Amino acid sequence: MLPPDDHTPDQAATPPGPSRRSFLKQTGGLLGVALAPPIASQAEALADKLAPASPIVSGPTNVSLNINGQARNLRLEPRTTLLDALRENLDLTGTKKGCDHGQCGACTVHVDGRRVNACLTLAVMSQGKQITTIEGLAKGEELHPMQEAFLKHDGFQCGYCTPGQIMSGVSCVKEGHATTDDQTREWMSGNICRCGAYPNILAAVREVAGQQVKG
Amino acid sequence: MNNFAYTQAASTKEAATAAQADKQAAFISGGTSLIDLMKSNIEQHTLLIDLNKLSLLGIENSAAGLRIGALERMSDVGEHPQVVQNYPVVSQALLASASPQLRNMASMGGNLLQRTRCGYFRDTAFPCNKRVPGSGCPAQTGDNRTLAILGGSPSCIATHASDLAVSLVALEAKLTIESPKGQPRTVPLADFYKLPGSTPHIENHLAPGEVITAITIPAAAHARRSHYLKVRDRASYAYALVSAAVGLDVQGGTIRSARVALGGVGTVPWRVPAVEQALVGKSATEDTFRAAAALAVRDASPREHNKFKLELAQRTIVRALLEVAA
Amino acid sequence: MSSEPQFFDQPGGVVGKPLVRVEGREKVTGKAKYSAEFPLPGLTYGVLATSTIAKGKIQNIDTTAAAREPGVIAVLTHQNLPKLAKTPNDAAGKKDIGAPMGFLPMTSDEIFYSAQPVAMVVADTLDHAIHAATLVKVTYQAEKPIASFHDSRAELFNPAKVQDGKEDGHKRRGDAKSAFASAPIQLTATYTHPVYNHNPMEPGSTTAHWEAPDRLTVYESTQGVTRTQSSLVAMLGMPREQVRVITKYIGGGFGCKGSTWPHTILTIQAAKAVGRPVKLMLTRKQMFTSMGHREDQSQTVQLGATADGKLTALIHTKVSTTSPWDNYAESNSKIIDLLYATPTFEASYEMARANVMTSTFMRAPGEAPGSFALECSMDDLAARLGVDPIEIRLRNYADHDYSTGQPWSSKSLKQCYARGAELFGWSKRNPKAGATRDGRYLVGMGMASASYPVHNSQGSARARLYADGHAVVQSGATDLGTGTYTVMTQVAADSLGLPMDKVRFELGDTNLPTAPNSGGSVAAGTVSSSVYLAVQDVWQKLIKVAVADKKSPLYKAKPEDVTAEKGRLFLKKDASKGEAFGDLMKRAELTDVEGMAQGKYGPGYESGHSASPAGPGNNTESASAHSMHSFGAHFCEVRVDMDLGTVRVSKWVSVIGAGRILNSQTARSQIIGGAIFGIGSVLMEATERDANYSRYTNADLANYHVPVNADIPDMTVEFVEENDPYINAMGVKGIGEISMVGVAAAVANAVFHATGKRLRDLPLTPDKVMMAGLAS
Repeated sequence: MLPPDDHTPDQAATPPGPSRRSFLKQTGGLLGVALAPPIASQAEALADKLAPASPIVSGPTNVSLNINGQARNLRLEPRTTLLDALRENLDLTGTKKGCDHGQCGACTVHVDGRRVNACLTLAVMSQGKQITTIEGLAKGEELHPMQEAFLKHDGFQCGYCTPGQIMSGVSCVKEGHATTDDQTREWMSGNICRCGAYPNILAAVREVAGQQVKG
Repeated sequence: MNNFAYTQAASTKEAATAAQADKQAAFISGGTSLIDLMKSNIEQHTLLIDLNKLSLLGIENSAAGLRIGALERMSDVGEHPQVVQNYPVVSQALLASASPQLRNMASMGGNLLQRTRCGYFRDTAFPCNKRVPGSGCPAQTGDNRTLAILGGSPSCIATHASDLAVSLVALEAKLTIESPKGQPRTVPLADFYKLPGSTPHIENHLAPGEVITAITIPAAAHARRSHYLKVRDRASYAYALVSAAVGLDVQGGTIRSARVALGGVGTVPWRVPAVEQALVGKSATEDTFRAAAALAVRDASPREHNKFKLELAQRTIVRALLEVAA
Repeated sequence: MSSEPQFFDQPGGVVGKPLVRVEGREKVTGKAKYSAEFPLPGLTYGVLATSTIAKGKIQNIDTTAAAREPGVIAVLTHQNLPKLAKTPNDAAGKKDIGAPMGFLPMTSDEIFYSAQPVAMVVADTLDHAIHAATLVKVTYQAEKPIASFHDSRAELFNPAKVQDGKEDGHKRRGDAKSAFASAPIQLTATYTHPVYNHNPMEPGSTTAHWEAPDRLTVYESTQGVTRTQSSLVAMLGMPREQVRVITKYIGGGFGCKGSTWPHTILTIQAAKAVGRPVKLMLTRKQMFTSMGHREDQSQTVQLGATADGKLTALIHTKVSTTSPWDNYAESNSKIIDLLYATPTFEASYEMARANVMTSTFMRAPGEAPGSFALECSMDDLAARLGVDPIEIRLRNYADHDYSTGQPWSSKSLKQCYARGAELFGWSKRNPKAGATRDGRYLVGMGMASASYPVHNSQGSARARLYADGHAVVQSGATDLGTGTYTVMTQVAADSLGLPMDKVRFELGDTNLPTAPNSGGSVAAGTVSSSVYLAVQDVWQKLIKVAVADKKSPLYKAKPEDVTAEKGRLFLKKDASKGEAFGDLMKRAELTDVEGMAQGKYGPGYESGHSASPAGPGNNTESASAHSMHSFGAHFCEVRVDMDLGTVRVSKWVSVIGAGRILNSQTARSQIIGGAIFGIGSVLMEATERDANYSRYTNADLANYHVPVNADIPDMTVEFVEENDPYINAMGVKGIGEISMVGVAAAVANAVFHATGKRLRDLPLTPDKVMMAGLAS
């Protein structure tokens, strides 16, 4: 494990010069983090004009991730996936590794509100985005309705695919893909459950979707 | 994965410059294909150039057709009302691909550049002409149930895995490609892919440093009345055994124009002009569809375990045509 | 015999109720820690490099490039791996270790199967270890491998024993060959299936921590901490108490985590070599070659019957692939021998050695494939005679176990048929196959029987009751997701008369009382009995205190006249005379009382209670008076698109008689889970092994298809109420495996009914179904 504060020197690293990214970071700091998209693109256009060609980063480098509403600063190589950063560097082990190749969905997290597979996402490319993991779904002690529904309908056995199923279920409802059972089954098919809890998972997603319809 | 450097390109020019400076560089957008290949040690790149800052977005519908920015995500295009309404085959192909998560990540351009799922290609312990030119092709006499019956060669029978590409080839889509030198060029997608021949490692006509920036699909009556049918080993989240992208323009019961392409059977997305020609001018009936579909596999050379595709390909075409004719 | 704790059935109890899992909150919030999720200080990462050939020798292994990578701490090979006290590479070692495979890699230069571990890289980060492992350069002296029993160079032989020596390789009851030869109805059919892999969602994981040279802690993804500990102490030559194995959560197992496999001991040795904790998680690809599989096999059933469909003979032969060192084959014949009233029976096994990893038990080993062959043959018999599939089974209903002659301890199969048929709507089934259509779909209904034995098992538990009204109950058991945490809390709560939230059940640690593996469906029965009895031990201790306490209403009562219920001790004859345990303990100044007991499950339980003890030469199973099995019936509707060859299961009903059900919700989940596991095996699962390279070509979850949500309809499950006093103190039979038995046949029978085509080569993928239609 590479602890967040480990500044291991790396032979292959290009010395970090003044970078466009650090410039952007400064402008972000000046203008505030939550830039509205048009303003953000203006800032980027400005950055493009002022900054030299994009810097190349290699070896362990400072990576700042916004996870569950918190800024987390890490030293990571560009090759480190978001999944490994979460599990190995941040002890956020709720996001699971089932296949590491985008073939099971156990690593499903939300990036800027969309469900994605963390195993095929590079941490370095996740900077500046809002990342939500299973650990960030509940509000303190109050579970998210999808978590409650999974408990009620026994939407799992071993629990290993469960965080991914729940993250996917939340998205499935939000996307409007849980309006019928068949549609829900199809749009929940990116998450494999080998224990075979599918009918119960469907029941959980169905219930939350119904609650949302009722308002 | 091997250690690599990472940079963001602010413009296609910058992307091209960075790529030319490092022969082992690769572009990355969604990463669903590239990171998978690198994790499997099938590809090693020393530099990844992130294209996501490029302004290659937008889904614009006009009388002439549809223009899709290459960085649009599969999910956004697949559910875009204009695509759903005017190009249903493209929407259906996209939504039959991979999983919701992967579709949220993968870009349109990246999807077209994905590499085969052939098990011999995907495992570096096997010889594979596509991965290591000249090393051999155990698939010819091995586990070839899922592999190609059309467009293969003694060097390679790897199936092209993209559903999207099948729908786009059927609708005669074109790619806009920006080159580091000179003006952007436009290439029909059907001409973009290369048959394996004796050089299966060269899969398309994209030169180093070139970036796919957009996909354009001409508007057509057969595009509005189109359908994608995918036959697979499980109900979802699986590659096609056989798929068919079809479009028909039927007026007064007579077929005015037809487009048919097959997936899961070819080394490239496989359009079947002979089938299309056999449909035009005929009445839109099951008999017509059957007779035409028989022409789809005339030139096929199946291997031991994929002979079923001869029959399944025809049936998939017929069923897809029945769907749009209904 | 009436050790049955009747009070579980009283109002207010929680046993049997569909309660939410007690560990559920940990799982839905991501807080549950699996074996690769303990961030120990100084943790390092182990990654295996594996062979690219299936047979031969390592000529040279060059680790320089790997060792030069940043962050690499060690590269271990057969040349520098610390030596073990024992390996399974010889018969004595294998016996002591209880290893499923008789060969430990990285102990010599020999390669016996493809993707055999040849090196382990240990590095400071996972990325460093993964990449460095690709840089280990191995040159081989390769030989042409044998890929399976189909290989023309494979040599078939008859093993004396199969399934880890548990079953005879040849079995005869009466003269089945003559009976078959003279039978008016003779059916012969061959059933085949490819390699199946368990593929639990959590890959095999080990975190090994040498806290001192004489103190090892292993966080292991195992179905049984004690069994793992036993293997490890044998290999390491260490006293048992120095090796601690912990499994708080496990991400599925299905049999592949029931044994100790090479990667675990290699990780432990690597941790010893580098002097830091090492964590290893197998890759998904490595999961196909590291923890066993269900062997590729071909079974032939010869069925002889009278003209009215009564069985006169069953002859079963099986051919399968095994590894270069083991004789592993699932014993399919067990269920074929006993499911029906079959007067004569014969079974034999053939196998061939090939360059493959050893196969191992996978959910319902033997019963799953055996029931596929038998139950399809029975369906054929029904079709041949024009008799309803349920009727043909009733005509052959076994009122006792024909394989042993013993009476059943309990059997509710007739009720399962009847209730299943009712729930499913079986009466609407068209007797004619291939005749029901709904639009483009051919619709078929199929059913099959299920059965699974109550194996012999024992375990122990500890219960500590505190005077303030809470308790901690412990047993070194496993919760595979089967609900162990929850159901044991329920059993303890009712036994103690405490609310659920006042009882904590702990498991998954060798420091706790010993429990059996969670496997063979033994866990629920064994552990619940242990928990129940441990609580009875608490009461016995408190009763002794009470009868000696002058201030107790029970003072001077005979202990045997006192009983406990709902936390109150009282006279059996006069319930009004007694007191609550809290009052007694406070008066006696007892802060807590601890009880300990051993629970027995299966034949060992009955013989322990029986007047006819085991005679010489008898094992416990045959010494018991009863044959002990759970039974059930599965009903399936399929919709087949014959043009495209696709099969979708559209309706499912399972009705099971398995003794006492401890939690109807988690039990239902287990049954649907097993059914889905079976649906995968019949419709889509197959590990493809290249015949020239003896190497898998689809070792990933993109191309080894397990069912996804869209493949599965809503499912109906019911349990038949069943009281079985012979099997264990709780009357629990276990349901982990019966859920899968018969499932493949129910689906295949439905496909037959839909299409009129009998398909016997699994899986029933679109190519086969479509081509079957073409053949007509």
